[in-house]
Amino acid sequence: MIISLFIILPLATVFINSIIGRFVNKFSDVFVNIVNFILVVLSFISLYQLNTYYNKIFVYQVGGWAIPYGISIVMDHLTVFMLIVVNIVAFLVGLYSISYMERYTEKWGFYSLFELMLAGMNGVIISGDLFNIFVFLEIASIASYALVAFGTERDELEAAFKYIVLSSISTGLILLAIALTYGYTSTLNLADIAKTIQSSDNLLVKIIIFLFILGFGIKAAVVPLHWWLPDAHPSAPAPISAMLSGVLIKTLGVYLIIRVIFNVFPLYPKLLTIILFLGILSMLVGVILALYQWDYKRLLAYHSISQVGYMLLGIGLGTPLGILGGIFHLLNHSIFKSLLFLTSGALEYNFATRDLRNYFYVSKTMRNTTFSATVGSLSIAGVPPFNGFWSKLLIIIACIESKNIFAGLVAIVVSILTLASFLKVLKYGFYKENNELMEYKSKPEILNKSEVPFLMRFSMITLAFLCIILGVLLYPEIREVFLSKAVEIIYQGGLYKEFILK
Amino acid sequence: MKFYPMIPYILCLILFFVGLYGLIVKKNLLKIIISFIIMDNALNLFFIVLGYKKDASFPVFLKNRMSSSISMVDPVPQALVLTSIVIGLSVTILMVAVALRIYEKYRTFDITEIKNLKG
Repeated sequence: MIISLFIILPLATVFINSIIGRFVNKFSDVFVNIVNFILVVLSFISLYQLNTYYNKIFVYQVGGWAIPYGISIVMDHLTVFMLIVVNIVAFLVGLYSISYMERYTEKWGFYSLFELMLAGMNGVIISGDLFNIFVFLEIASIASYALVAFGTERDELEAAFKYIVLSSISTGLILLAIALTYGYTSTLNLADIAKTIQSSDNLLVKIIIFLFILGFGIKAAVVPLHWWLPDAHPSAPAPISAMLSGVLIKTLGVYLIIRVIFNVFPLYPKLLTIILFLGILSMLVGVILALYQWDYKRLLAYHSISQVGYMLLGIGLGTPLGILGGIFHLLNHSIFKSLLFLTSGALEYNFATRDLRNYFYVSKTMRNTTFSATVGSLSIAGVPPFNGFWSKLLIIIACIESKNIFAGLVAIVVSILTLASFLKVLKYGFYKENNELMEYKSKPEILNKSEVPFLMRFSMITLAFLCIILGVLLYPEIREVFLSKAVEIIYQGGLYKEFILK
Repeated sequence: MKFYPMIPYILCLILFFVGLYGLIVKKNLLKIIISFIIMDNALNLFFIVLGYKKDASFPVFLKNRMSSSISMVDPVPQALVLTSIVIGLSVTILMVAVALRIYEKYRTFDITEIKNLKG
């Protein structure tokens, strides 16, 4: 079964790599990246299989137990969509880390934790059982705690402790919600829960949904609960920042919110309004806090909060076009945000600082990094023809269609503020005026900075290339096989349980 | 719904909120860790209480008790709690390790003095 390989392969890699990688030099570089590449190929194969062999959904029962008893592993179009996003980003980030992580000791430990986090995320995505989701969520979270603290300096440790405390509050709330769900329905299978809970009039169901939104909201860094993210994400090594901001907050936060709201519990309009409101709040607060940052990675982290707001806004509209915009923005954001974090890592690699004001001659000496950072900045700001433009356009059109003029206006204003913030990044970080540089001509060591190693450039250029071409996904025939069916699974939430329990 | 049979659930929830309170309010790293342990164990207790039935026995089929007339407690929460305990243990270990490293760097457990990051 191909679908279970998404958990088996990374977990097996963790064990093999921890045993052999410790003694054999360069083993983990090669081995882990080969496994990541296989996972990318497998995720495309499963998309192909889902479209040709299986009719819309494929369920694998672990151990052969029938549905309410065993753990089910579910493959539908939303799952495959998330798997492709997560594994592509993980593969490129893994390639980048080969050169970047030379600065740290114990590279094999880094790769083991990296694969553990990947196994956790893949597990969260493919499992169709509430407690199984919790277990994989904890696996991914524990690996990410250790990775945030990987540098073991003062800032890293402080950020890691904050992150652990807030994250364990979130997992505690999620576990409480799971316990209440089990007490109410006597089952843990997602489809079975959806069958048992028919209406949301019950107070207990409302409390459960509230606890789930609160728990997953902390993981997704929705605004009243966002303050751990700007500390935790910049403190990790750059490839891990790219993974955390690029895919982890979306897998553990946004994806699970989508699953729980649309597929498991009965949908009611007030809930969508709450999600919409949280999205608007996140967009505004994130971008305003980002405007006055000078630390490049911290600025990017605040923009992550703001962009998660866009996804929630699209999903909270509840119309097919809004959902399409939301999940397309999820894909686009994971591409360009990981790209931007990788460029910040490249700058840190050469200059050993994260302050934008201390970068000099970047556009002259690091041409590839500058090119990719420019593409990434224009994408996140929503400049046509880059991918960020298309998803923001979809979300704004969906806002206007569903008579939410205010939300549409906020989306446009936030997009302009994002553009302003990234113009600052490009001006101070990359393209400095000549007269500001005169005083540094006397310091030859600054002028001798060269471009970063090939593998780091390769990852960044590939991601930049993806940023340029991903608008193609909206072309009707390509959209039919990839995005539209994921939207269908979300929009017609009841289909999920009917397909599984048929 | 009678109040009396709800008492164990309510006690577990009170314990949970005691832990949550400590996790948010306390200023000492070790007290935060202890609050986390209280919160985690309250949830485990809550799970066990959910599966409890009055006058029921342990959920194992033996040779002399194969008949279905014997009432047994629900085994699923017990299996879940075993997993949850292990997860809680590993999070606790990680928290203690990070707290010890913080003590090495800052020479204090007071989080009001540990604030390099802000803005």
